[in-house]
Amino acid sequence: MNDMSDGYVTADGRQIGGVIMEMKNITLRFGGVVAIKDISFDIREGEIRAIIGPNGAGKSSMLNVISGFYIPTEGEVWFHGYKRGPMRPYQVARLGIARTFQNIALFDGMSVLDNIMTGRLTHMKSGLLAQAGWWWTGAAKEEDEHREKVEKIIDFLEIQNIRKTPVGRLPYGLKKRVELARALAAEPKLLLLDEPMAGMNVEEKEDMSRFILDVNDEFGTTIVLIEHDMGVVMDLSDRVVVMDYGKKIGDGTPDEVRNNQDVIDAYLGVAHD
Amino acid sequence: MPDIVLYAAEVTLNGLMAGVLYALVALGFVLIFKASGIFNYAQGVLALFAALTLVGIQKGQVPFAHLINAMTGKHYTNFPWEVPALVAILLTVGVMVVLAIIIEKVVLKHLVNQAPIILFMATIGMAYFLEGFGDVMWGSDIKTLDVGLPQGINETIDSVTYNMFGYGFFIDNLDIVAAIVAVLLVAALTVFSQYSKQGRALRAVADDHQAALSVGISLRFIWILVWSIAGFVALVAGIMWGSKSGVQFSLSLIALKALPVLMLGGFTSIPGAIVGGLIIGVGEKLFELLIGAPFLGGATENWFAYVLALVFLVFRPQGLFGEKIIERV
Ligand SMILES: Nc1ncnc2c1ncn2[C@@H]1O[C@H](COP(=O)(O)OP(=O)(O)OP(=O)(O)O)[C@@H](O)[C@H]1O
Ligand SMILES: [Mg+2]
Repeated sequence: MNDMSDGYVTADGRQIGGVIMEMKNITLRFGGVVAIKDISFDIREGEIRAIIGPNGAGKSSMLNVISGFYIPTEGEVWFHGYKRGPMRPYQVARLGIARTFQNIALFDGMSVLDNIMTGRLTHMKSGLLAQAGWWWTGAAKEEDEHREKVEKIIDFLEIQNIRKTPVGRLPYGLKKRVELARALAAEPKLLLLDEPMAGMNVEEKEDMSRFILDVNDEFGTTIVLIEHDMGVVMDLSDRVVVMDYGKKIGDGTPDEVRNNQDVIDAYLGVAHD
Repeated sequence: MPDIVLYAAEVTLNGLMAGVLYALVALGFVLIFKASGIFNYAQGVLALFAALTLVGIQKGQVPFAHLINAMTGKHYTNFPWEVPALVAILLTVGVMVVLAIIIEKVVLKHLVNQAPIILFMATIGMAYFLEGFGDVMWGSDIKTLDVGLPQGINETIDSVTYNMFGYGFFIDNLDIVAAIVAVLLVAALTVFSQYSKQGRALRAVADDHQAALSVGISLRFIWILVWSIAGFVALVAGIMWGSKSGVQFSLSLIALKALPVLMLGGFTSIPGAIVGGLIIGVGEKLFELLIGAPFLGGATENWFAYVLALVFLVFRPQGLFGEKIIERV
């Protein structure tokens, strides 16, 4: 791919659009620790963009910058052609950017269904007064519409049989899936996944890979994916950013980064699970 | 029927009514604790402040009259009007919402991610400030609060029980009103938290802050909302207690009664606050009647609740309905 200004066509024939998010010279410090050092890269509409790198490379930090959980010490975040001011996570979420967490952040006390329903919050309109007049003002109808969307996602991710289960009781793999469901419920433009298959067995990983591809394919959702499993990354992603010690050491298609000497060096002798 | 059984029945009823009031105060604690993990030491003072404000507005008192007079040499005390009770209550609700916004902007906002003990200390500071502020704003004299709630013995219950048992029960009308209001309040809170957008967001924040942020919930908005609701609950408690025994500093001490209620019911459970309040209300009155007065020289109501709470702490530290305390690994 040479000129990418208007997007490109992937090997499997998907049309990738223009840049929707651009990170410009991002630096993030925690006291003396420099988690991200002057990194720039872009994310294009419709692509699956992976961020890889050894432990502690700064991948999660980067995702946290995108989602507003961390404010970068230096640098700019551009979204849809506009420079984004320092935003709080809830404001970023309302822009249509949803995420999952490396360590899973679910509402343990709620059922699977209720957890996924919270994903609809950014789309819920009815104010307090409208809700007081539940039936008269159409708040009930709105609730039904949200329920319908959530049920579709539940079917899509094949978790019908655990809809009413309190999330705290679920095994790890299913929790990851519910977290994805909640993020999808927001109908995001941009979906950020921090190690969605960490700690899963082969079968669960295959399921999750299929879901990620299907989300991208069916809803056209742009996805940023952090993952340690190289096989998964090479299979799923269109372009890959490689980080090491807070620096960007590679950026390109899976084939390009696989043959990049810096990347090979960074991974030599580094054990991964 | 033997007399003692009748007394006990009457005392139990009265205990239930008193318990409702304890539960109301405890409810304010639970709401804030659930949503933000803050043990709000100022909840009692919040009730006092709400009651003071209500009386002040209703009677047309000039706020900060002492201060203004001291500075200008005038002798303002009252505006030439009185405000109808319902309007005064609505205005007071408004004041409590403004107070919640100020608390969030001045205090909570700067203490995000601090240890619970720090937040607790902050609420102690808030309590003392608010107590003094209430004094300066409305004066420190004892005030009577009358929003037109019925008071005095309920004649119907008195005569019905007299006809049935030959002994008329003394139940105060105000207590009956308090019980009804408390039931309505809890029902409204439950519906709000289960079915409204804001209630859903509130439950989400109570469960996990990070996750709540990721689905687009503003923590600061939720905190303002929670403190407003807690302020409203405090107002309701303030009205009930204030109508009963006047508005004065001791009103803020009802918070001390809420503490054992919370230990019993659990800090995170709304039903727990209700049941805990009722158990303590009934327990302390029955204990006084059956054991305290005849054998222990009386006045056991002052300490019974705490002893009961201590016993509970030993055997069930999470309270009746609280979430089980499990260390995370
Ligand atoms: N909130 C924080 N406070 C202080 N240091 C932090 C914080 N978050 C991340 N760091 C530091 O930033 C560096 C990068 O961490 P980060 O979690 O982004 O790495 P990662 O690439 O996601 O690693 P892993 O593969 O283990 O998840 C680490 O040295 C980490 O200790
Ligand atoms: Mg990470």
